[in-house]
Amino acid sequence: MLSTDERRAMHALHQKAKELLESGKAKVIIGYGNGTGDKARPVFVRSVNEIQQLVWDQRCRQNLAVYLFKPEIKKMGTPAIVATPVVVRSIVQLIAERQIKSSGLITLTVEDSAVMELADDASLEAYVASHPVLFPPHVNKEIDSLAAMPVEKRFAFWQEELSRCFKCYACRSSCPLCYCDRCITECNQPQWVDVAPHALGNFEWHINRAMHLAGRCVQCGSCNIACPVGIPISLLTIEATRIVEREFGQYAGTQCNAPAALSSFRVEDKETFIL
Amino acid sequence: METPFEPKIVAFVCNWCTYAGADLTGTSRIKYATNVRIVRFPCTGRIDYNLLLKAFAQGADGVIVSGCHPNDCHYTSGNFHARRRWIVFRQMMEYMGVDMRRVKFAWVSAAEGAKWAEVVNSAVADIRELGPSEAFRSMTRDVA
Repeated sequence: MLSTDERRAMHALHQKAKELLESGKAKVIIGYGNGTGDKARPVFVRSVNEIQQLVWDQRCRQNLAVYLFKPEIKKMGTPAIVATPVVVRSIVQLIAERQIKSSGLITLTVEDSAVMELADDASLEAYVASHPVLFPPHVNKEIDSLAAMPVEKRFAFWQEELSRCFKCYACRSSCPLCYCDRCITECNQPQWVDVAPHALGNFEWHINRAMHLAGRCVQCGSCNIACPVGIPISLLTIEATRIVEREFGQYAGTQCNAPAALSSFRVEDKETFIL
Repeated sequence: METPFEPKIVAFVCNWCTYAGADLTGTSRIKYATNVRIVRFPCTGRIDYNLLLKAFAQGADGVIVSGCHPNDCHYTSGNFHARRRWIVFRQMMEYMGVDMRRVKFAWVSAAEGAKWAEVVNSAVADIRELGPSEAFRSMTRDVA
């Protein structure tokens, strides 16, 4: 059952979508709709009579920013995207990485049964600043307890978890920051990542994913939701983000002009382990 | 009779400092452990962490990564970039359960022939103590 607030929010969202489509400001609304079972699924609303498909409730969890890159969506024209706080973060990070421009899209946030339009870099940043998605406490706890284990135990933990991975790459597909046209796993000269889902291949894939998302992951948790075998894979990327924050004081998805954490440096970066 | 364990160590070094430093070790006739196989790179910035993984997957028991001291990079900033990557990579590896005592990072300049010998000798001693790299050996068991 929807709460009154949710119903009001949904109504506001429908109004806004109608307004954007009618004025031609947006050609497609990327939002959530009813999926199978009790899940929400992405919907792409292109005409006013499809607006009723848009829903807004607790089920809207997956990160829709991933669709901003799809060629099919790009072809449709200016998109408006229904954004949860983590989606806004993803958008800010994508702007920082020069993948999208705030002028090329309309970000819609829903709050207190009102819909807000974030049109420029400054308002996106301000929204992120007022909606911190700082490491969720239970995830922090889980990572800390892992970190406290002896190294062999940790190895056994990850071997056990990753043994279920059969390399469907749903984690990659669900991640808005995994946008390379050609992923390292598809390179075979040299074959950096063993394609077979054996222990080594899985280890190589997951450490590469974490390294590539270090300082970029916005902790939306979409990879966790997408994983069909329930590996807590976001624990890897979140730890990579924690390391970058701890070591370099940089936090992904907060500034539209932030330098990339791993392709910049400071002379005073502290080293404790180099002989 | 069982032969005692001798660690196999791969060293990834930069052309301008550590490789020249290792050369100096030789021309200075300083003796050091023979367990190390040196691979020369243009710069530490070129040393992809995947190379370390590959070394372990193919049977190395330890890895040394070494290059120019900060501010001495031939390409100005290659080692600074590398250092950031190492900072994240080693913590990620530790987090995934790989004992990073097997990987030694060092700054060895072209004038530090003696330091290179020391880095290698201490790495060999440490890794001999740790024994063969069981983590990677167990992971490569299913690899065809």
